[in-house]
Amino acid sequence: MKPSPFEYLRPDTLEAALRALSDHKDRDAKVLAGGQSLVPMMNFRVAAPEVLIDLNGIGELSGISEEDGVLRIGAMTRAAAVKSNAQVALRMPLIPMAYEHVAHATVRNRGTLGGNLCHCDPASEMPMVMLVCEAEMEIAGPGGTRTEAAEDFFLGTYTTSLEPDEILTAIRIPFARPGARFAFEEVSLRRGDFAMVAVGVRLEAEGGICKSLAIGLCGIATVALRAEAAEAEAAGHELARLNPAQLAETAVAGIPFEDTATQTAAFRRDTTRALVQRALETCLTSEAT
Amino acid sequence: MTHTISLSVNGERYTREVEARMLLSDFIRGEVGLTGTHVGCEHGVCGACTILIDGVAARSCLMFAVQADGAKIETVEGLASRGGALSTLQVAFRDNHGLQCGFCTPGFLMAAHEFLNGPDVSTDREVVREAISGNLCRCTGYETIIDAIIEVAGMELENRK
Repeated sequence: MKPSPFEYLRPDTLEAALRALSDHKDRDAKVLAGGQSLVPMMNFRVAAPEVLIDLNGIGELSGISEEDGVLRIGAMTRAAAVKSNAQVALRMPLIPMAYEHVAHATVRNRGTLGGNLCHCDPASEMPMVMLVCEAEMEIAGPGGTRTEAAEDFFLGTYTTSLEPDEILTAIRIPFARPGARFAFEEVSLRRGDFAMVAVGVRLEAEGGICKSLAIGLCGIATVALRAEAAEAEAAGHELARLNPAQLAETAVAGIPFEDTATQTAAFRRDTTRALVQRALETCLTSEAT
Repeated sequence: MTHTISLSVNGERYTREVEARMLLSDFIRGEVGLTGTHVGCEHGVCGACTILIDGVAARSCLMFAVQADGAKIETVEGLASRGGALSTLQVAFRDNHGLQCGFCTPGFLMAAHEFLNGPDVSTDREVVREAISGNLCRCTGYETIIDAIIEVAGMELENRK
């Protein structure tokens, strides 16, 4: 199918884009990032915005920098650029690990990190990764800018806390702490497809003691989540005494798995449990970064 | 409302009036008249419409023509010489039986073209498999496509020495 007609605007500054969003707020205006999710939806007419504000001409929204222990990735930075960036790999190794599972090269060439996060597909890896690295979203609106923690940003299926007149401008990710270990596991029908289940783990230890454990899950609920009970169970304990199988049981214990068209709840629960266990084993046997 | 856009396709400049909603794939086929770029799924799954935009592979069904104003587009027609001689990659596809019905072939050729000219070119089967994983083929079972790309990757790595 073909998209419905729309008015196309291509501002070249963030300020002009925000003004365009405000000016057209009564006309179902939508911003266009990499277009790898929005354009298919428009082709199917699942989405039919009356005004499309293309952010691809706004240079200030792209780029990777760091300051005061925080990695800052512009929202319009292409997935391919983030995936292959040495600074990102050094400061938050979980990001390139996860990108190995995100779509395919030609989609990553156009798709942006910010667009991916704002789309907020429940099976998308990157919102979950942002929960695990405790990232902050930098958001611009008519009243100025604000930041929001990842856990408050991702609300549900295709739903974030972004207001209709706001634009995500950048993602701020705290550097991985010295001694942190990471693992990422995913099961999907084919590599690059959306996850049936994906698990991301960040483990921080000091002197053989688990200081902090973050376990992120996606594909199993309306939004990515953290396995908080399992995280709490591990904190403060000796690494040598952590039991990945037991922690994985705790991680899935409170989750109300449901049947889908192709997978039973029991399969989804067991897959999630196995991936959490595997990711924890990888962390416990890997060298600290 | 229409927009005047001007872009280069395989080295030729085209200036046209387009509606904002016209997909780049439809522009290439309908306005420029180059029908080698195939439109399969129209939602970014099959990869048949893959082209290069400013040297980077992209799905032309997931871009609007108006977004390509000023861009340099390369399509499958740009691979062969003006005299019609096939490129090394095209010859390798033919020699290795890397196509049967041919519908997906333009997309595979353009995705492989980017891979072979990029920094990650390799003769490793898994690396090649990953490089073309965004393209669907319902005939070959992929193995012969991978054979063809590996053959050219070997030549490319030899040339870079």
